[in-house]
Amino acid sequence: MILEVKDASLGYAKRTVLSNISFEVEAGELLCLLGPNGVGKTTLFKSILGFIALKGGEITLGGQNIQHWSKPHLARAIGYVPQAHTPPFPYTVLDVVLMGRIAHLGPFSSPSRNDVKIAEGSLDRLGVSFLKDRTYTEISGGERQMVLIARALTQTPRILILDEPTSNLDYGNQVRVLLQIKKLSEEGIAVVMTSHFPNHAFLCSPKVALLNRNGFEIGMTDDIITERNMKETYGINVRITKLSDNHGAEIKNCVALRN
Amino acid sequence: MKISNMLKRNQQMQSSNAVKDKFRQSDTVAVNDGPKIKVRKNGLVLAILSVLLIVIFLWSFTVGRYAVPLPQLLTVFFSKLSGQSAAWSDALETVLFNIRIPRIIVALIIGAVLAASGAAFQGIFRNPMVSPDILGASAGAGFGASLAILYSLDSLTIQLVAFVFGIIAVLMTYLVSGLISRRNNSVLVLVLTGMVVTSLFSAFISLIKFTADPNNKLPEITFWLMGGLSSIKPKNIPLILVPSIIGIIPMLLFRYKLNALSFGEEEAQSLGIDTKKIRFIYIICATLLTSSAVATGGMIGWVGLIIPHLARILVGPNYKFMLPASILLGGSYLLLIDDLSRTIFTLEIPLSILTAIIGAPFFIYLLYRSRSAWT
Repeated sequence: MILEVKDASLGYAKRTVLSNISFEVEAGELLCLLGPNGVGKTTLFKSILGFIALKGGEITLGGQNIQHWSKPHLARAIGYVPQAHTPPFPYTVLDVVLMGRIAHLGPFSSPSRNDVKIAEGSLDRLGVSFLKDRTYTEISGGERQMVLIARALTQTPRILILDEPTSNLDYGNQVRVLLQIKKLSEEGIAVVMTSHFPNHAFLCSPKVALLNRNGFEIGMTDDIITERNMKETYGINVRITKLSDNHGAEIKNCVALRN
Repeated sequence: MKISNMLKRNQQMQSSNAVKDKFRQSDTVAVNDGPKIKVRKNGLVLAILSVLLIVIFLWSFTVGRYAVPLPQLLTVFFSKLSGQSAAWSDALETVLFNIRIPRIIVALIIGAVLAASGAAFQGIFRNPMVSPDILGASAGAGFGASLAILYSLDSLTIQLVAFVFGIIAVLMTYLVSGLISRRNNSVLVLVLTGMVVTSLFSAFISLIKFTADPNNKLPEITFWLMGGLSSIKPKNIPLILVPSIIGIIPMLLFRYKLNALSFGEEEAQSLGIDTKKIRFIYIICATLLTSSAVATGGMIGWVGLIIPHLARILVGPNYKFMLPASILLGGSYLLLIDDLSRTIFTLEIPLSILTAIIGAPFFIYLLYRSRSAWT
């Protein structure tokens, strides 16, 4: 199963935001999307998720064009993790995670005992079972992000799409969420996520797509996140350094410079 | 309720426990018991609400003018059912079957459908402050009724014209907002257009009142708009019963999907919901319900706003339980209000006055109770 975007032109009625985008993501692969605000990261996501129609090209899943897939069909294949926010009503965490089963339910049914088991399994997989009976509107931002990931996993998708999964999280939670996402991709799910921090890609993603005014570039993280590319994309000077972690493995670091 | 609270507290204590194995163990115990207890608890609440509805239903016969004592009422019911000959007076027969039963049934239906529409709209528009008249159904129906009264039409025709205009008003809202937002089909534009259509039809109502004869037509229109069930006859029942059944069945069938809508358009879509379709179904159903309710009982406010809140307090926000709870509570509530309206004074008090006098402080209480969620 692979997600393949072929020569896609994306945008809204009168405005084309991105054109001639081509890339693919394999099962078990993690792709991190980097780029400045307003460059079209969200547009790309919305197109993959079927919220907006393509203006050209095609997007395929396992070789099938997804253009005419129904919403439940799409939801069974692609799990979407939006930025954490609060709904107007105080649902319990289990209620929220169970909503991931909607795409698998008949039009008139509500979750069965088996669906509850799957939802609890997702919470367990992320190590947040203790949140199950808490009220979703009252838990912390980091916990909410985990719950939304658990909800997406409950859809049993083959691809996970995460929109800035670390926004509004404290430093520790950012790292924890990213490592959890990395683990999920290693378990076989294809993951596409956006981030504003090159270091997030160094931490968890072997593959990076860079979106900027010059277009779209995709490749191995080490080849894409370079001092020159960062200058071109964000207009700032950075230095990229190498460190080794406690186990002697090398990890790169992107540091912004004052001048 | 107590048990689930204890479980919760227990779990919170456990989560701070450093001994991991112990934590895991007790956690799995909670995993097995939690949802079952919740489902059982909510099922129990729905059963209690059903019993409450039946009690209020029976009690309603025993109060007011021409009160029918409970034993006599039951005798009549069982004799009718078993086809025995009448052993009671013709006056009782008339009061019971031409006045009391139709009125009680209509009060029950109006309360139930207003509460159901309010509950559905609060989810669709992701706003707990929304009431069922937000898209103009109430103002449209009010205008239709005023127009029909102005032309001295009979009560059945007033009901029919009001119903039709309620639907026309919402149709206007839907089409105009569709023209404005074209592809985005924004919920905000829909709500704002609803406000515009509502004030437009309110202006038309004022215009009719302005031109109406102040000696007979103007008071008639004014009293009709304030809401009341004193003139309900058996012939009025079909025009509320049929649209209510047609409207409430799809609402109940799709109710689990409503939960996802309260997380927003795109999130609901990503969960596999055709948001446009679900929203359309609920708007059509709620319009049928609200228009027929207003056409039959006048503009009765507050029920659709506060009953869903009360239901949410009792069974939580999940529509699987919350919508049936709203329906049961709404029926009980308006029946009780109507009983009050015909028993407090010799002169009947219009329903909208009572619902507002009781609803306003109750809503303040709700705000106070959930103040942390609103700030």
